[in-house]
Amino acid sequence: MILHDIAHARAGDKGNISDISVIAYEPEDYEFLRLYVTSERVRAHFGSMVKGRVERFEVPALAALKFVLHDALEGGVTRTLNLDIHGKSLSSSLLAMTLPDRHRSDLR
Amino acid sequence: MKKIVKIAAGAGFSSDRILPAQDLAERADIHYLVFECLAERTIALAQREKQSHPELGYNEWLEDRMLACLAPCHRRGITIITNMGAANPQAAGAKIAEVARRLGLRGLKIAVVTGDDVLDACKAVDYPLMERSATLSSLGATIVSANAYTGSEAVVAALRMGADVIVTGRIADPSLFLAPLIHEFDWDPEDWDLIGKGIHMGHLLECSAHATGGYFADPGFKDVPDPARIGFPIAEVEADGSFIVTKLPGSGGMVTPRTLKEQTLYEVHDPAHYPTADCVADFSQVQFEQIAADRVRVTGAQGHPRPECFKVSVGYVDSYIGEGQIGYCGPNALARAQLALEMVRQRLIDAGVEATEDRFELIGVNAVRRGVRIAPVFEPEEVLIRVACRTADMRMARRVGHEVEALWLNGPAGGGGARRSANEVLAIVSVLIPRELVRTVVDYLES
Repeated sequence: MILHDIAHARAGDKGNISDISVIAYEPEDYEFLRLYVTSERVRAHFGSMVKGRVERFEVPALAALKFVLHDALEGGVTRTLNLDIHGKSLSSSLLAMTLPDRHRSDLR
Repeated sequence: MKKIVKIAAGAGFSSDRILPAQDLAERADIHYLVFECLAERTIALAQREKQSHPELGYNEWLEDRMLACLAPCHRRGITIITNMGAANPQAAGAKIAEVARRLGLRGLKIAVVTGDDVLDACKAVDYPLMERSATLSSLGATIVSANAYTGSEAVVAALRMGADVIVTGRIADPSLFLAPLIHEFDWDPEDWDLIGKGIHMGHLLECSAHATGGYFADPGFKDVPDPARIGFPIAEVEADGSFIVTKLPGSGGMVTPRTLKEQTLYEVHDPAHYPTADCVADFSQVQFEQIAADRVRVTGAQGHPRPECFKVSVGYVDSYIGEGQIGYCGPNALARAQLALEMVRQRLIDAGVEATEDRFELIGVNAVRRGVRIAPVFEPEEVLIRVACRTADMRMARRVGHEVEALWLNGPAGGGGARRSANEVLAIVSVLIPRELVRTVVDYLES
């Protein structure tokens, strides 16, 4: 199973910081996300693309996690050489993260 | 006092679509139409434009938007608020007056808000940069602009003077939407919870279609109805700060808790502590209730006292970027593309192009991943190469795309669709300056 099966995401940017929201489709999946989508796993997922620290904020009221990836945009939208200058595609890229399989008939 | 104040988004970025705004102006039961059109760098680019053309420096779509919306807004009593003034609100105000006269609209009161330009204040004090451990002086003579994210105050003042159109430079995005609430409901600007709710509404609307199914569709997972005709959001706000987000009947898109959750969390970092010019907002306890199709009731945002300082975006000339692309297709396309990259790499060395940073990547294979190869390698039907280099001057930047374009005659077989660019990089850093250094001013014009 991948994160895309149970969550949606949107990425934004402020300077050289990427800001990614991960939101469970179903509130009951929030605890599962909290357990498996950790700052460490997000950092490992992006590897060398993220050069600074990864912060995680928990938002149980919205069944959501917020990741703040420092020094992740090669200088940020105004000066980066990246094709995706805002790092908008990092949201979809994160949704490819693999998660432990669970037996669920009502996926998504 | 109005029981419900209805505010709609007319734009969420400088190049946003115009038809949804026109639809709102013509059909929506609203009091305010707000066009938010300034991204981080937009105002620095506009400042550059103003330097060479003193009558410009405002949003390039201002005239089109006003031609589409001014007459219906005037006829239906809708007040327009916009930061399309960018680096030159005075010229933008004059342009709006001219368009109004062209449309036969007389007596339109246009408020022009200035004072966000704090370049002089930033020259007087060597403020520390927020992004790195250095100060403004490290940028030397390359600074071209400095604009403060001011709050709602000047817009509220203009509304109290009965303005029909308010055009500003840099104002914090959600503050444009908050101002009508402070004015209409006579909110105390230091009632932080109320201001926090108003900021949440502004934050939900400030990216236009982001709240109504734009930037959302993921077929089979998140389907959006009639996505080609997504309507922009409308907020119906009550005096206690609770509100409903909706959109025009018949427009495409949708308003659901999911679309609003994505936008609530967008770019806020810590959702419980989002600093804006009007308050530090807390979105961590917000609630969404779908009360009808495309109608979601929103409650629960809170606020804390506003920051002591305004954030300032400082634009400076950072470097130059030269770039080129060319495509390969058919059998062995990947090998020919990789050969092309190696040839350009060698030729740039031979030409003496000194790059402080470079990219040699394959669009369709690894470009979004910034050149990092992702296994397993597949054989693409077609692939574009992309070479991009940061250089110290324009001459060297131009050589980058030049060598890519030269693959027409000097590269591997079958390269097609070469294109190149070379640009000065106007970058942004941020500083914080004391609020009292910023004095906003409102001037009035009449059509």
